[in-house]
Amino acid sequence: MPPRRPDGPPTPPPVARVRLRFAKRGRLRFLSQLDIARTFERGLRRARIPMAYSAGFTPHPKVSWVGGAAPTGAASEAEYVELGLAADVDPEALRAALDAALPPGLDLLACVPAEGSIADRIDGSHWRIRLPGVTETELSRAVAALLARDSVEVERKTKNGPRPVDVRAAVICAVCRAELPDCAILDVVVRHTTPAVRPDDVLTALGVVAVPPLTFPVPPEPTRLEQGLIRADGTLADPLIPNDSDTGRSAGRLPA
Amino acid sequence: MSGQSLFPRLEPLLPRVRKPVQYVGGEGNSTVKPWEPASVRWCLLYPDAYEVGLPNQGLQILYEVLNEQPDVVAERTYAVLPDLEALLREHDIPQFTVDAHRPVGDFDILGVSFATELGYTNLLTVLDLAGIPLRAADRSDEHPLVIAGGHAAFNPEPVADFLDAAVLGDGEQAALDITDVVRAFRAAGSPGGRQELLARLARRRLVYVPAFFDVRYGDDGAIAAVTPNRDDIPARPAKHTLTDLDSWPYPKAPLVPFAETVHERMSVEIFRGCTRGCRFCQAGMITRPVRERSIDTIGAMVEAGLAASGFSEVGLLSLSSADHSEIGELATQLADRYEGTKTSLSLPSTRVDAFNVTLANEFSRNGRRSGLTFAPEGGSERLRKVINKMVSEEDLIRTVSAAYAQGWRQVKLYFMCGLPTETDEDVLGIARLAREVIRAGRAASGQRDIRCTVSIGGFVPKPHTSFQWAGQAPWQVVDQRLQLLRDTVRADREVARAVGFRYHDGRPSIVEGLLARGDRRVGRVIERVWREGGRFDGWSEHFSYERWERAAAAELEPLGVSLDWYTTRDRAEREVLPWDHLDAGLDRDWLWSDWQDALRESDLDDCRWTPCYDCGVCPTMGTQIEIGPTHRKLLPLAPVPSLPEKQPLPEKQVPTSAASAS
Ligand code: SF4
Repeated sequence: MPPRRPDGPPTPPPVARVRLRFAKRGRLRFLSQLDIARTFERGLRRARIPMAYSAGFTPHPKVSWVGGAAPTGAASEAEYVELGLAADVDPEALRAALDAALPPGLDLLACVPAEGSIADRIDGSHWRIRLPGVTETELSRAVAALLARDSVEVERKTKNGPRPVDVRAAVICAVCRAELPDCAILDVVVRHTTPAVRPDDVLTALGVVAVPPLTFPVPPEPTRLEQGLIRADGTLADPLIPNDSDTGRSAGRLPA
Repeated sequence: MSGQSLFPRLEPLLPRVRKPVQYVGGEGNSTVKPWEPASVRWCLLYPDAYEVGLPNQGLQILYEVLNEQPDVVAERTYAVLPDLEALLREHDIPQFTVDAHRPVGDFDILGVSFATELGYTNLLTVLDLAGIPLRAADRSDEHPLVIAGGHAAFNPEPVADFLDAAVLGDGEQAALDITDVVRAFRAAGSPGGRQELLARLARRRLVYVPAFFDVRYGDDGAIAAVTPNRDDIPARPAKHTLTDLDSWPYPKAPLVPFAETVHERMSVEIFRGCTRGCRFCQAGMITRPVRERSIDTIGAMVEAGLAASGFSEVGLLSLSSADHSEIGELATQLADRYEGTKTSLSLPSTRVDAFNVTLANEFSRNGRRSGLTFAPEGGSERLRKVINKMVSEEDLIRTVSAAYAQGWRQVKLYFMCGLPTETDEDVLGIARLAREVIRAGRAASGQRDIRCTVSIGGFVPKPHTSFQWAGQAPWQVVDQRLQLLRDTVRADREVARAVGFRYHDGRPSIVEGLLARGDRRVGRVIERVWREGGRFDGWSEHFSYERWERAAAAELEPLGVSLDWYTTRDRAEREVLPWDHLDAGLDRDWLWSDWQDALRESDLDDCRWTPCYDCGVCPTMGTQIEIGPTHRKLLPLAPVPSLPEKQPLPEKQVPTSAASAS
């Protein structure tokens, strides 16, 4: 048997690439990005998707995660991933097969051939945060206080220690309403920054700017509804549709 | 007894804990069945964290075997980490199953799988959180029966007070038989309550019920006698032995966790039992005789498991997998079958001979190539005779040279420290072996950048082995020898950087030794340690030796015994050992003579290829060795229909935003 080297012969480049939008729902919102990646890899094998692989002693299927993942504990309707394929397959058949191989709660919403760079089509997220135990009046007061400031910094734990992030600068628009008398809903569009401003950071900022300070008696429930390029009107363009940012759709419209 | 889901109360707590994913359930191939109208409900507990417990094969097998019964519900629970434990107590939420988040206390049976003794304190946490009285004597008909299984259940005496019963040996048929007894008992209106149910299980020879046995102690502190206190039960409860493993191909659909776990692969057990006769090895002694699965059953299990799980690695499990009578054929035929699929196969550890390098090459042909692991266990030839692990230095060097020459860069060698009769010289032999391995590897591969990892575990004498009479080495001796070894390796300029050195300090082994060979008096120590906060004793960040030492002094010394008495003391031939009344099939006189042979450095062959040496198991248990070869061949798999070729993208498939903020 000839010796095997880690570098080996290069593997062929992917024959095709597809782009998927998926949701992370219900109790599966507690999956971390690594948990999702692990579950996808196994789903891809179970669904027998013809994946392209990296070279080496530990070949990995070519799966690229787009942008920053929704944090552990946050649900999402708009996560994106790209797959490198070893065969050209019908995107809808792939979506259906892979969706069936993934557990309910990791749901594939759309699949399209990859064209251009998706990273260039995402610079913001639209989050909807349920706030049980908080009234609309309390929330509105805090939101108004936040929007009235030029800058509100909170500390974010990162790999390199705590870093200040300016929540106010990243918030494009924020709207509140009442779901129930004692449960407010916050819709907020944030621009992607480094480090990213997460729903937690927005809530921390709201907590400190409000007078009296806003507290959250029950853990808030954030869901990312959309990602995309922020249009002038504060809506987000769909990153799976080329040139969607020019079309001026109003589906995701948020009053400023 | 409702079985109502606790998830609505648990969910708000999950954002506040580390690793919430391990509590949400819903893993691939997990099962949730309706609570009504099931007639028998099992909760299966692995008393360690989810990431350790989930891959456990014993638990996965029982989970599937039981859930296949139409009228049985089986769910799983694991020890919750301390952060969630605190929150559960604060919010008064009981221990729950991960499948349907039902209260553990609502089940009929709590089956506990003890792979190691270090889960004992976690059992107490689970019982307490579940609202089940810690002591079996305090439980009533409304509480689940707490039944232990797994290797540590071969001496359940240290936890005897906390258990209603223990099952010795293979659990598949036993769990079904227990279910039958419980079902019939309840159908008859539970006459006589809990005590009568336990008596029925004991009479059917299904379980050992500690409460049905009295232990008397002599003036010297040792046990004077263990006697049954009723005359309608067997005086020596015996182990269960599953035969014809081909008819029990479990797990059929391995659990696929979301969370990271200690084994990121599926496993297929290729045989059970081992008669190599390593004298330290409890698993080998208590699982005799060898019973193989045939090559075609293994092939079918690998295929079904991969299709159901999507794993990319399959571990072919057993106590010594290279000993399967058709392992070479298995390796080649499985590798052929999975050619081009990026599926790798692995053996847990390999015997030290060149054939095994060929095997390992075959196994990794289609996938990942990690390291090769060999287990010489003892650092000198003399010591390897004592433990009956017959590996010569030349074999080892030849084997690892072959491995390095064939492109393996990482070889792991596993040893033990603290073995009976061991001296500093024996341990320093490990340094010499490591140096020879690196030299030979450099010569064979023509490269300098090869590595060898030396892993050292502390030896703990275990019940039902030839070393059950041996005094355990004091932790100070183990620590000092490991230090000496480390210094010697470090001082060797030529190879120091190529040798990795993994070991733990010797103190946890002493606690493991106390729990392994303890009697019922040790239960008080366990309870005190737990009350003082002891949890997760298998985890170095949670383990506190001082806490165990203090509790042992407080609880044992008034009784005239001590931590040393249980661990570092040599036992005499006729001393009554706490597990003598439990029958693993091994002839006590044979074990003793094997212990004497060990001290004489005299080795013993494997009864698979030499005549039976009368260890006692086969005649006592009415079993026999079940091995191949079968000479059957694995057929290539039928080609799988692939996904349809791409069609032009129809208009309606242009995705629309799934949700909007309107
Ligand atoms: S009884 Fe004989 S054949 Fe059976 S396991 Fe023991 S030594 Fe081997």
